[in-house]
Amino acid sequence: MLIRPKEGILDPQGQAVKRALPALGFAGVEEVRVGRLVELEVEDASQVEAMCRKLLANPLVEDYEIELVDP
Amino acid sequence: MRFGVVRFPGSCDETDALLACRRYADAEILWHGDRDLHGVDAVVVPGGFSYGDYLRVGAIARFSPVMEAVGELAASGGHVLGICNGFQVLCEAGLLPGALLPNAGRRFLCRQVDVEVVRADSPFTRMAAPGQILSIPVKHTTGRYYAPGEVLESMNAHGQIILRYAEGHNPNGSVGDVAGVSNEAGNVMGLMPHPEHAVDALTGSEDGGVIFESLAQVADASDETGIRAGLVDDAA
Repeated sequence: MLIRPKEGILDPQGQAVKRALPALGFAGVEEVRVGRLVELEVEDASQVEAMCRKLLANPLVEDYEIELVDP
Repeated sequence: MRFGVVRFPGSCDETDALLACRRYADAEILWHGDRDLHGVDAVVVPGGFSYGDYLRVGAIARFSPVMEAVGELAASGGHVLGICNGFQVLCEAGLLPGALLPNAGRRFLCRQVDVEVVRADSPFTRMAAPGQILSIPVKHTTGRYYAPGEVLESMNAHGQIILRYAEGHNPNGSVGDVAGVSNEAGNVMGLMPHPEHAVDALTGSEDGGVIFESLAQVADASDETGIRAGLVDDAA
């Protein structure tokens, strides 16, 4: 699961990274948003969506994407 | 009148909350793994770092056994006060609207702020005067209150904004300077400032006492009239 702050919600961590990059000589970075990655090994992938909604993300302030990978 | 103060693994303000409650009523500690609230009249969910604040602040604590009982108390009209991490837990539990996000300035903040009493007719503030300014400390990294526009409008319409940071005192970028909110029914409240650290002039301010005093009086009044559903049931 990729979880990130919702569009339009201030992301202070992303802002700090955005300000740091030019100081290292990386120009032209227009937007940075920092989220988190959750890796799960599950038997039944049909439950992952509910896991996101109930616990792993707060849908009020975060968007999430689910990527399923077969081992 | 008896307060219960919840202790989670990682709580750190429960003792100050307990001592603040005891200035105005009886109070005892409630264990997070215990579904039984020991018959207390009101619950304080205190500050700290419940369950290490892993994943998101308050995200794990909301699933603890005690929170199930706190949810039932709130549903029956009992009073619940969340302070700092407790506010975050109540938002995650859906007992209060909105969410707490990392401070706009990213840093941990620890300072005395002025907080304005917007509603002096709530069970949590009725011993205060409307517009009264309370000097109370904040200490948090994740205290930026946020609710989507339509939720905020509804909260304003229902008088759910109980406390605001005074002009120039919003420390964390909270939307609309919101410092403390209630649910629509008005019996659950959360705030980021720490009234339990401001109950004695020795530590700089005693303005926070009014919150505990208000709550103690409301619960006493409902004892007398049997307003609370559970008490009416007991009588029957």
